[in-house]
Amino acid sequence: MLLTIGTTHRPATELGYLLAKHPDKCQTFSLAYGKAHVFYSEATEERCTAALLLDFDPVGLVRGRRWGQDSEGTLAHYVNDRPYAASSFLSVAIAQAFGSAMKGVSKERQELADTPLPFDVRLSAVPSRGGEQFLRGLFAPLGYEVEAKHITLDEAFPEWGEGNCFELRLRAVVRLADLLTHLYVLIPVLDNQKHYWVGDDEVDKLLEKGGDWLRAHPMREQITLRYLKHQRSLFRDALERLMAGDDPEPEAREVEKEQEEEALEHPISLNDQRLGSVVAVLREAGATRGLDLGCGEGKLVGALLKEQSIMKVVGVDVSMRSLERARDRLKLDRMPEMRRKKVDFFQSSLTYRDSRFADCDAACAIEVIEHVDVSRLGALERVLFEFAKPPTVVVTTPNVEYNVRFETLPAGRLRHRDHRFEWTRQEFQSWCDGIADRHGYHVRFLPIGTEDAEVGAPTQMAVFRR
Amino acid sequence: MKIELPELSLVALIGTSGSGKSTFAKTHFKPTEVLSSDYCRGLVSDDENDQGATDDAFDVLHYIAAKRLAAGRLTVIDATNVQAEAREPIVKLAREHDVLPVAIVLNLPEKLCHERNQDREDRQFGPHVTRQQSQQLRKSLRSLKREGFRYIAVLNSPEEVAAADVVRNPLWSNKRHETGPFDIIGDVHGCFDEAVALLRELGYDVQDDEAAPTATHPEGRRAFFVGDLVDRGPKSPAVLRLVMAMVRAGTALCVPGNHDIKLKRKLDGRDVRLTHGLAETMQQLEHESAEFIDEVKVFIDGLVSHYVLDNGNLVVAHAGMKGAFQGRSSTRVREFALYGESTGETDEYGLPVRYNWAADYRGRARVVYGHTPVPNPEWLNKTICIDTGCVFGGALTALRYPENELVSVPAAKMYYEPVKPLDGASTEAADRPYNDVLDIADVQGKRIVSTRIRGSVTVRAENAAAALEIMSRFATDPRWLIYLPPTMSPSDTRKDGPSLEHPEESFQYFRANGVPKVVCQEKHMGSRAVAVVCRNEAAAAKRFGIRGHGIGALYTRTGRPFFGDGALETSFLERLQAALTRADFWKRFESDWFCIDAELMPWSAKAQELLRSQYAPVGAAARASMTAALAALRLAESRSVEMNGLVDRYSARQRCVEQYTQAYRRYCWPVSSIDDLKFAPFHLLASEGRVHADRDHVWHMNTLAELCDGDGGILHKTAFKVVDLTNTGSQSEGVAWWEELTERGGEGMVVKPIEWLMRGKKGLVQPAVKCRGKEYLRIIYGPEYTLDEHIERLRARGLGPKRSLALREFALGLEALHRFVEKEPLYRVHECVFGVLALESEPVDPRL
Repeated sequence: MLLTIGTTHRPATELGYLLAKHPDKCQTFSLAYGKAHVFYSEATEERCTAALLLDFDPVGLVRGRRWGQDSEGTLAHYVNDRPYAASSFLSVAIAQAFGSAMKGVSKERQELADTPLPFDVRLSAVPSRGGEQFLRGLFAPLGYEVEAKHITLDEAFPEWGEGNCFELRLRAVVRLADLLTHLYVLIPVLDNQKHYWVGDDEVDKLLEKGGDWLRAHPMREQITLRYLKHQRSLFRDALERLMAGDDPEPEAREVEKEQEEEALEHPISLNDQRLGSVVAVLREAGATRGLDLGCGEGKLVGALLKEQSIMKVVGVDVSMRSLERARDRLKLDRMPEMRRKKVDFFQSSLTYRDSRFADCDAACAIEVIEHVDVSRLGALERVLFEFAKPPTVVVTTPNVEYNVRFETLPAGRLRHRDHRFEWTRQEFQSWCDGIADRHGYHVRFLPIGTEDAEVGAPTQMAVFRR
Repeated sequence: MKIELPELSLVALIGTSGSGKSTFAKTHFKPTEVLSSDYCRGLVSDDENDQGATDDAFDVLHYIAAKRLAAGRLTVIDATNVQAEAREPIVKLAREHDVLPVAIVLNLPEKLCHERNQDREDRQFGPHVTRQQSQQLRKSLRSLKREGFRYIAVLNSPEEVAAADVVRNPLWSNKRHETGPFDIIGDVHGCFDEAVALLRELGYDVQDDEAAPTATHPEGRRAFFVGDLVDRGPKSPAVLRLVMAMVRAGTALCVPGNHDIKLKRKLDGRDVRLTHGLAETMQQLEHESAEFIDEVKVFIDGLVSHYVLDNGNLVVAHAGMKGAFQGRSSTRVREFALYGESTGETDEYGLPVRYNWAADYRGRARVVYGHTPVPNPEWLNKTICIDTGCVFGGALTALRYPENELVSVPAAKMYYEPVKPLDGASTEAADRPYNDVLDIADVQGKRIVSTRIRGSVTVRAENAAAALEIMSRFATDPRWLIYLPPTMSPSDTRKDGPSLEHPEESFQYFRANGVPKVVCQEKHMGSRAVAVVCRNEAAAAKRFGIRGHGIGALYTRTGRPFFGDGALETSFLERLQAALTRADFWKRFESDWFCIDAELMPWSAKAQELLRSQYAPVGAAARASMTAALAALRLAESRSVEMNGLVDRYSARQRCVEQYTQAYRRYCWPVSSIDDLKFAPFHLLASEGRVHADRDHVWHMNTLAELCDGDGGILHKTAFKVVDLTNTGSQSEGVAWWEELTERGGEGMVVKPIEWLMRGKKGLVQPAVKCRGKEYLRIIYGPEYTLDEHIERLRARGLGPKRSLALREFALGLEALHRFVEKEPLYRVHECVFGVLALESEPVDPRL
């Protein structure tokens, strides 16, 4: 990773005083994870360009760590663009090599340090998942002229596309201290991986450095949010190792996927309507013990907890992460004892028989079946209707006919990337009728959301009664 | 005095303080069989005589007793037990565990007991205590039988106590010493002609005179009737005569069916309704003599509800027997044997809905039963119902044990109209086979799986939780998942030189473990793929229970369908199926299915996303940064600044980065149709009746080469070379071969002992070790790993955890195949495969 800072201020070599680095020397600094070299590629009256070259030690970074901590368990950690692309390490290097300049202090040229000067900054490789637009959004409000050039992923495989890495050029008339601070704070925002700070208080320091300009920045929320660290559990690491090779960033991906579907359906607040309808159906059925299969973050569990007539609510999900989030969201550990006793969560799967499922009088599978492969629906049917066989079963699933009404959804695409199928009303109803017939249930259907004369409602619900 | 008690019973010793119960217990029972209330008092209070601790002490005592009884252990309760209230929980406990409660009473003179107590320092209580207990004991003597004790022995003097001899009798149901062979025959229901035909089919010499029929097998095999000999059919008396004669002659065993018991009750003059075919039997018996009727009554009365045979490997009962009831005796065990258990609901025909105990069955013994007519007998969790509804016009079926072969003869006609159709057209859920739904209890939490090649393998709870999510969300149908491949360790690290791995270390490892010969196989850089292929859809249905979902599956090392696209999978499997047909493998292996382990190329077919999101971006960023850095460094150098060797260093780094890009590019090519894929099989894992781990790897390579020869397209032969580890010349050839492979850009090779299973000084030897080339390792250790500053540090890598993992996964994978081939229940196969997946989530250096 190479950062160059050039100026056309005259005499340009004054830059050496501002950075406190002699233009005719090549200096090397030790960092926690390697070295940084500072030298000048040019140093004349007209133009002077200082270079900060990161010499990262990828082996040292991971040595001595125990497998199983964080994401070290996956190969992504070793074959990694970190040594070559801008990351939080660059910030660490800037602070170390140009510490006094970043504070705005210059022994020999204080006046110049306080003056905005024309600077031309280049970064050899900057990853930005948000693309060029995101880069601009970060730097343009601070007065930079932004030039971002896509780096081709691999010219041998043009079909792989462009990738997310840019050669970045920033030009502005700005105080050097401000320039360095901007880089120091904003480069890690682009770094999608775990941040490597020297200590935990680094985050606070960083936000402090942002100071006034950060408060005025239109993207300040996104910028600060990126610093929040995620708590990780043993389980999550194990899962991540399993997913390695199939899905590089399962967690990030999943959250992204959920958001996609939510964003799509948000304008009609479909989720609220679904929950409301389930509660209504359960009230009508006189249910007292509810089971939410595929409870996700526990929204329905939370809603059912508020129902006086419900004595017990159990949330079940196959994902331990979802269960963790659900417990957190409902603040289970701070719940009053009486209410706490009413609710329970456990991991299970809809394709395995589970004797614990039998202990309820109403089971709900809200937006769940479409996440199961069609070939596994037979197992799901038998687990739910043959073995658990609660008196009431509520199933909802998207009505694929309605998809044409979502303007942002490309034709033929499903609402969520993990959906294995989405059914028409006819398909869903014939599946449900078959189940009712085979297992001694009566089934009725309800539209959820505003019904369209032609394509029906966005969500379809089946209520099975035995 | 001889005290006889059943081998499995709950014995209550009854006697006052000082009557010598503990001494008696010590004399006649093992110390671990005796639970003493005094001892339990001590456990909870540190004082064996603390009466205040009595309630807690009995809680402990009953808890331990319950655990022992659940495990089928005789248990003796050493407490005074002189009050009915004290004995009540004992009888209850015995009933809960379906064992017989036994009372042994030490009814000794009060004076004697008091004197004995006086001799003991810790029992300095007055004579009133013993007196009161004595009174209670005498009162108890009359009520023991009423309280439910089935065996009662009373010893009235010290002499009787001294002379007592405790004898343990086997339970009626215990015929563990009988190992067969048996021909277990389903519900006959008066179908005498079919019974005769079936016995003949089974090889018996049959006298078919209805007045005095009998049958014997020339090889001494014995028939075993599962009950329901009578009712509905045309010749119930003849069937009774036949079975009674055979049982008397010792050529048959028999358990009672509900119809037999009902007939006996009718013959006893009880008020029994003449329904369900009893009327026909009574009519047929009208012409029989009173002696015969008496014989029948005695015969049925003497039948034992179920038998445990062949060292506990076989259980026979009319309506089946769940695990907790096997070898037990109580009314409800008998009821279960006769009627099964009902859920208390009725179906659309008004018949009781049966609790499907077999779906939950997890026992070791095979259970063979009848009672409920089924169209085709099917094994479910080691249980099988062999009532094929002969009297309803179906067939009479026998199971040959231990061969586990089914033999049937069709019914001559429908003798009796069934209430609901027999042909399987019924919609009742219980009629469908249950063997395709797994239970969460079979996989969740900490698991210990026993394997035949490496003992127990433990799966930790959090790893199982991770595997459950992957299995549920992404894996293919578990019925296809009969194998998952193990991870593979690299060879030991090379001490010096330009790379980390070299064949010499692989050879050394195996030789040091006593392996004389190895096979080196070219390692393809693609993605691991397991293929299960059937001859046709009928075979898929018959062997895998999968109907209408194709002829097989192709899945990854984590059990995911290899292709997201079902049509692609189908056409791929059809190609493989055609190759198997061309190579005549179906006939040659007498198998309708094969399980094949392979590598599927290109890497980019499966790892496209990984390449796009990880490998290519690293190369792109690296090339951009190195180019920029070198340009800047050269400019500085041109200004005569001392650059401390940075220019050379960055030139070297740039070369590494270029080589890295070259390395991954070799394993990528665009795939637009199935013809662009290469499938390189290297293990012919299993086919019907056989796991091919007993054939050496040369056999596998040659056999699979024949398969590949028949296919001009996607099947790809794997190059291999046998190396003699006791011959230096042979080893040099092996090294040269590897060098040639890796210089051409190949990943490297896999080194395996010729035999699948080799044991060295530390047990099982690694089934395979990989030896990867220098350039390939750039995509594992990072582009610049070959720089001196890096490679020296990378040599310090520990292989221990990886090797242990490889062996555990190998053991589980093979176990899964063996269990599948042996037609074990799905859950038994699944627990192994699930274990492999769970172990894969253990933390191990992923670069190995």
